[in-house]
Amino acid sequence: MTAAIHATGLVKAFGDHTVLAGVDLTARRGHVTALLGSNGAGKTTTLNILTTAMRADGGTALVAGHDVATDRREVRRAIAVTGQAATVDGLLTAAENLELIGRLRGLSRAAARAKAAELVAASGLEDAARRQVSTYSGGMRRRLDLALSMVTPAQVVFLDEPTTGLDTRARNALWGQVRGLARDGAAVLLTTQYLEEADALADQVHVLHQGRVVATGTPRQLKERIGAAEVVVMTDGGVELAREATDGSADGVRRALDALEARGAVAAGARIDVRRPTLDDAFLALTEEAA
Amino acid sequence: MTATLALTRRSMLHSVRDVETLLMSIMLPVALLLIFTYVFGGALAGSTTEYLDYVVPGIIVVCAGFGAAQTAVAVARDMNEGLMDRFRTMDMPASAAVTGHVVASVARNLVASTLVLVVAVALGFRPAASPAQWVAVGGIVALYVLAITSLFAAIGVVSRSVEAASGYGFGLLFLPYLSSAFAPVETMPGWLQAFAAHQPLTPVNDALRSLLHGTDPGTDALVATVWCVGLTALGLAAAGWAFTRRAQRP
Repeated sequence: MTAAIHATGLVKAFGDHTVLAGVDLTARRGHVTALLGSNGAGKTTTLNILTTAMRADGGTALVAGHDVATDRREVRRAIAVTGQAATVDGLLTAAENLELIGRLRGLSRAAARAKAAELVAASGLEDAARRQVSTYSGGMRRRLDLALSMVTPAQVVFLDEPTTGLDTRARNALWGQVRGLARDGAAVLLTTQYLEEADALADQVHVLHQGRVVATGTPRQLKERIGAAEVVVMTDGGVELAREATDGSADGVRRALDALEARGAVAAGARIDVRRPTLDDAFLALTEEAA
Repeated sequence: MTATLALTRRSMLHSVRDVETLLMSIMLPVALLLIFTYVFGGALAGSTTEYLDYVVPGIIVVCAGFGAAQTAVAVARDMNEGLMDRFRTMDMPASAAVTGHVVASVARNLVASTLVLVVAVALGFRPAASPAQWVAVGGIVALYVLAITSLFAAIGVVSRSVEAASGYGFGLLFLPYLSSAFAPVETMPGWLQAFAAHQPLTPVNDALRSLLHGTDPGTDALVATVWCVGLTALGLAAAGWAFTRRAQRP
């Protein structure tokens, strides 16, 4: 199966400042792919190039099989993009926003209206459907923003930091929408600086650091790259007493605990915790490796 | 084409929703007409009726400026608040959003201009234009509105914020005062006359005044038309150039 996104050696500089120093990445249909990186790593620039909003200085990228440099129209027909700033019209209602995008996507007026009504309901915005979007909360705007990317089916959906600034509940609702997009067969590429988000959502993660992809893999693979689990012994109050490395298997944890006990580290009433490295740890280790 | 239509409809919805725009476009012209006629008219022309005869084109022109200034704000809002980013990644000319604002502004200002005329007639203004001259009045007003809207659209494209857009546009709003809109150019000091006589708003005002009075505008109509077409071309070219240029910026 050909990849929905296949980018090789993307380079982009603004003046003297190199933002992308050769980015390679792929994304598959039916998968959520995360582009993980801190601020200034080059996530948005990568997205801008893949979505034809910006031209690369070097490298090639195919999106849905079309070259972003030469077949912009074909790429644009195959994609939907939700940018970092909520790309909604504050003076229109949710339904009017959706209808406008439907018309711009070539739907008839009736079809655009029907689709708008359907997506208002699917996004849980019925109660606010008649209000201007400028009165919406951040979470509601985000949901509408994502719905605007679903007006016509897209083969590849790009989301730039979709949950920045959302509370946990709004974020979870949005994650549900994102998973739904992938389940329906789209390739979803999202950027995030939240490791937790990549961990929870992504099938595949590309770690971007200083304009380069420094690691690629499933969240699990990335965690394994920086080592196995640890058994931590704590007092009842959570104060750490000792720790011992382990492979994370049941046998391994038992052996680690035996070793800790043999050292007399397990006091009466102590609690244990098996800690696997978080993606956070992985990210720090991987970017340090690269630097 | 569908894109332009859909986006024009959107801009029209904005005009109706945005109370500020609506007041600026509809109420302000009427208020200004009343103020200029009844407050300044007596002092400027000796009688309010005489001044009303003089000032109607000036009110239309100055209000078209205020109405068109909203275009800069609307375009700047789209450019800086994200919506344009979405349009740029869709299979449509993103510039259609700007076109939509321009078309809506022309429509809005034609309504406002008609309103000014209707109110002026109610106050005692008696236009003597022939049907052909009415057509010419409509044509020049439409061309002028298009010209000033195009300039404001360009300002909107280059502005980095909504506030900047309304700030930059301020200069254009002063031009009518330095023309024959409210007082004959001959009554101004010499240095000002040199500017006032040769800036585009004087032929626009003089042509409209002659046509409304049923007299021959002479070369004013042609000069006004050339100015308007030229400024429209300049505004649209500047907007287009800046639009493409901003697309490649981070």
